[in-house]
Amino acid sequence: MRKRSPYPYWFVLPAAVIFTVLFLVPTIASFWFSLTNWDLFDASFIGFENYQQFFSEPFLLRGVVNTLFFAVLTSGAKTVLGLLLAVLLTSGMFAQGLQRSIVFFPVLVSTIGVGLLFTELMHPTEGVINLALGAVGIPGPGWLTNPKLALFSVAMVDIWRGVGLATLIYIAGLASISPDYYEAARIDGATRLQQFWRVTVPLVRPATTTVIILSLIGGLRLFDLIWAMTRGGPGFASDVLASVVYKQYQAGFYGLSTAGNVILFLLIAVLVVPLAFRFYRKEVDQ
Amino acid sequence: MTRRQLITGLISLACAFVIFVIPFIFVFINASKSAAETARLSFALPQEWRFWQNLVEVVQARDYQLLLAYFNSIVITVGAITLLVIFGAMVGYVLQRRKSGWNKVIYGFVLAGLMMPPAVVPTIWVLQGLGLFKTLHGMILIQVAYGLGFCILLFRAFVSTIPRDLDEAAIVDGAKPWQVFFRVILPLMKPVTVTVIVVQSITIFNDFTHPLYYLPGKENVTVQLTLYNFQSQFVSQLNLLFMNILLVTIPPLLVFIFFNRQIVAGMTAGGVKG
Repeated sequence: MRKRSPYPYWFVLPAAVIFTVLFLVPTIASFWFSLTNWDLFDASFIGFENYQQFFSEPFLLRGVVNTLFFAVLTSGAKTVLGLLLAVLLTSGMFAQGLQRSIVFFPVLVSTIGVGLLFTELMHPTEGVINLALGAVGIPGPGWLTNPKLALFSVAMVDIWRGVGLATLIYIAGLASISPDYYEAARIDGATRLQQFWRVTVPLVRPATTTVIILSLIGGLRLFDLIWAMTRGGPGFASDVLASVVYKQYQAGFYGLSTAGNVILFLLIAVLVVPLAFRFYRKEVDQ
Repeated sequence: MTRRQLITGLISLACAFVIFVIPFIFVFINASKSAAETARLSFALPQEWRFWQNLVEVVQARDYQLLLAYFNSIVITVGAITLLVIFGAMVGYVLQRRKSGWNKVIYGFVLAGLMMPPAVVPTIWVLQGLGLFKTLHGMILIQVAYGLGFCILLFRAFVSTIPRDLDEAAIVDGAKPWQVFFRVILPLMKPVTVTVIVVQSITIFNDFTHPLYYLPGKENVTVQLTLYNFQSQFVSQLNLLFMNILLVTIPPLLVFIFFNRQIVAGMTAGGVKG
């Protein structure tokens, strides 16, 4: 008889049951329900009609395109700004610790609260942002009322709220770079800019991968900030997949809503999973 | 500190103040105004400070809805975190200690749970089938399912710092597996447990999307949903909306002040590993 391990697998059981029932089963079921006309009681198979609708109806397709635009824009901005802020906040300047806390705090604040606050700040005629711009003679745009600008404005707020996390991850990454590299670069006569490009950027790469993965996932899945600020409007101008999923759910089109959900899975699977698996393999193998 | 560091520091502090602090001051000022004054949304100080009256009005609104919301949010947060810590630590422990082909499968699920958005409507279908839709315990289990990935990664990383000699000594002394875990390992995991509690409590307390889907109904309202309700109700009473924003911002602020170190540890570890 095999000796019983002191690390029994039943330890995994409670977590596995909860995760399977409430996460895996719905996820697997979603592939089937996305192919049906569904009202929670009866589901009738209609093939790929829901998907066809998603890519032929302009307002649904808009959601897919907006999701990609939003995720790439916010992820890129958080990566670049996060690294620059992290370099600044590790330079040993005055009130450095306080400033780290200030930049990070919005990460912890309720997204809905942030969204509603900025909706007021971005009010076209009475909002503080446009009043300030008006005071220096610039006519402020309708940040959230102009269909061309609405999604971009929400993206700005998302960057404001999320850049602190990117900065924090980069600060941890910078701390792990040995000062010897900078010392050697200085002896070789590298300028500060050269040190940044040739030492900091390559050696901080694990942090960069993490920031990109996290912010891409966050950007693709974003719902609460959009909902608090524009509800996908004006019209469908700032709809993203997650808000389309919610709207179709409210309208009772459960099959169509679930198809949106599946498209979101697939986007994440294509964009993020390859990046993540390559990155985590080291972790798993150790 | 050089002169240069002092000057960059001061300039940067001024920018940080304008970009990140002023919005919160705006909330505070407008939460202290009368309804007529906030309608103009300005930075001017209130003519008459109504902070306390506004606070009372927000708490009393809709038959003390905010108190109910705080109660529900606290029940969900405390319930979910208790289960997350125990179940997450158990998985992290076995995963780190026992090497087998199953580990890869478990990791695959952990990463999927971290990255993939939940399939919302099918989840409602499952919850209805189990009689858990629109119930607080259903919501607790949902938060456990969604938070497990993060907790497992953190606990697993911490277990690798606990020497195996400790488990072996306990086993030689005749301890059963569950005794080794609950009497020896779990007490040693206090630092990572505090991190998990702090980070997850903020995540769950701030969650808006999942209660919106899985916990509809007036009696089930959670703190984040009060904001969303108040937005439509108080169109002409922005002062009360701002007071409400202030009230939901205070708990994370307090946690941040007291547990800064754990939050930073959790967010960067969670970041680097998941």
